[in-house]
Amino acid sequence: MSAVTESVRVASHGNAFTRSVRDSLVVAKRNLIRMVRIPEVVIFGLIQPIMFVVLFSYVFGGSLDIGGSTSPQVYREFLMAGIFAQTVTFATAGAGAGIAEDMHKGLIDRFRSLPMARGAVLTGRTLADMVQTALTLLVLAIVALLVGWRTHTSIGEVLGAFGLLLLTGYAFTWIGAVIGLSVRTPEAATSGGLVWLFPVTFVSNAFVDSSNMTPWLRHIADWNPFSATVQACRELFGNPGVSTSDAWPMQHPVWASVIYSVLIIAVFRTLAVRKYRSAAA
Amino acid sequence: MPGAIQAEGLVKTFGDVKALDGVDLEVPEGTVLGLLGPNGAGKTTTVRCLTTLLRPDSGRAVVAGIDVLKHPDAVRRSIGLSGQFAAVDEYLTGRENLQMVGQLYQMRAKAARARADELLEQFHLADAADRTAKTYSGGMRRRLDLAAALVVSPPVMFMDEPTTGLDPRNRQQLWDVIKDLVSGGTTLLLTTQYLEEADHLAHDIAVVDQGKVIAQGTSDQLKARTGGERVEVVVHEREHIRTAAALLDKYSLRGLGQGDTTVEEHMRKITTPVSGGAKLLAEIIRELDAEGIEIDDIGLRRPTLDDVFLSLTGHVAESAQSDDEEAAK
Repeated sequence: MSAVTESVRVASHGNAFTRSVRDSLVVAKRNLIRMVRIPEVVIFGLIQPIMFVVLFSYVFGGSLDIGGSTSPQVYREFLMAGIFAQTVTFATAGAGAGIAEDMHKGLIDRFRSLPMARGAVLTGRTLADMVQTALTLLVLAIVALLVGWRTHTSIGEVLGAFGLLLLTGYAFTWIGAVIGLSVRTPEAATSGGLVWLFPVTFVSNAFVDSSNMTPWLRHIADWNPFSATVQACRELFGNPGVSTSDAWPMQHPVWASVIYSVLIIAVFRTLAVRKYRSAAA
Repeated sequence: MPGAIQAEGLVKTFGDVKALDGVDLEVPEGTVLGLLGPNGAGKTTTVRCLTTLLRPDSGRAVVAGIDVLKHPDAVRRSIGLSGQFAAVDEYLTGRENLQMVGQLYQMRAKAARARADELLEQFHLADAADRTAKTYSGGMRRRLDLAAALVVSPPVMFMDEPTTGLDPRNRQQLWDVIKDLVSGGTTLLLTTQYLEEADHLAHDIAVVDQGKVIAQGTSDQLKARTGGERVEVVVHEREHIRTAAALLDKYSLRGLGQGDTTVEEHMRKITTPVSGGAKLLAEIIRELDAEGIEIDDIGLRRPTLDDVFLSLTGHVAESAQSDDEEAAK
């Protein structure tokens, strides 16, 4: 019986919440160390959005009509919110692949045999992904400034936009966590984490003015959670092409973006933790 | 005194496959139980149930005095698990791996680091402490994995095929580590498909086949069930086989249900069940010599656990060819 009294004593060191925070940070640190030791992952994660910035700016810039203007400069300013938002959602694939790899290698078994908080392995991973997303956004913002993107609002509003982007990215990594726990291999998690993001990010206001779409597609685009973040960023950056649609998320994009993100986290975190508890390598 | 590990009627079904079909086990405190069986017998599933990784469909299990199904988190504080795959993070150094595990056992960062250093020293990994586990050899990774399972010196340890895939030298090294550990009073449940390993490390052996424990006892008890010793003679000349067989047959314990004298013609080998040990062997050699029969080899053979396994299950213990199947569960 000594083991029981011992365990009670250990458990009383902190309540469940502080234990959960502590364990999540331990796991986050582990994932950050990995990112530093495998810099290829971070670097390749940067190349794709930078390529999009350059390609979209120079290929589409000047041929797309944004709010009645076809000036390349207008399109570039319009485009950036879309690229930023797309980039943060692509963190989904990284989170999914990382978790699938941990399952595959037996690390999830080790973690599950330890007296640690149940959600901490996943929270730690998603927190580390958020740090990587922040880094990616920083580099991307510099590239965007170089090709001519400018903000026309206060520093507070600009930082607010980046905050919303991070929150959106964080929410999407929880979708990645569910995918990672559902597939058998890291490769499947990467492709499974990416394929559905193309329709989600393209049937939106990210790269084109959604008011030019056929009505049914425009409805989807206007209510797409992803569009809310893009619209919110355009508004907060003071960039052109803010949608005039009367759909609620387009009228109140900041609120819509926050609500969507919180909902996604609530649903997918619950699913992911439930899957984790019964996970089998 | 209750056992450190007790399981009663564990049943676990995956789809149509009954992985566990009522497993009963009892491991007294401070002893080692070897769970022996071929791939797919249910060894890993049993360990997963006892270590809270898997919930059995029915049955009961108590580990370190704590009910596994009712208080899994309390069980996790009292156990260490070392798996079939060396579950260490290959991009973390040896020290970082152990420190992380320590912190997740709820140790303070500083205490976890001190404990990591201690274990690295103990497992001869101190020189490699600051290298990533990716650069470690297979044997080093296993040692690191085992060290990770020992961070809090848990009273009860589970090792799932700890030496699968290791070369003989590394296997021997790991066996020494495990023996040290057990002499310190840790209760250990070890799964293996190497009969030699169970013989070497375990006090008690439970033979598992098709989700059930089909025999349990000490290695000697199990061997006794299979029968006693045998004399094996290999004669030099093929024409001597008949004479030698007749001579050996006089010593056969045939009447006691131990089987007949057998002749393997192509190997010029004669085997007969006997009792009487080394003294008998000397007598047989003298008689063969008197008959002028030249022999290439003679020996007293005690049954191995291979024989035990064969006689209990009716099939030979498999080699490690389909590890992945069991792992998939």
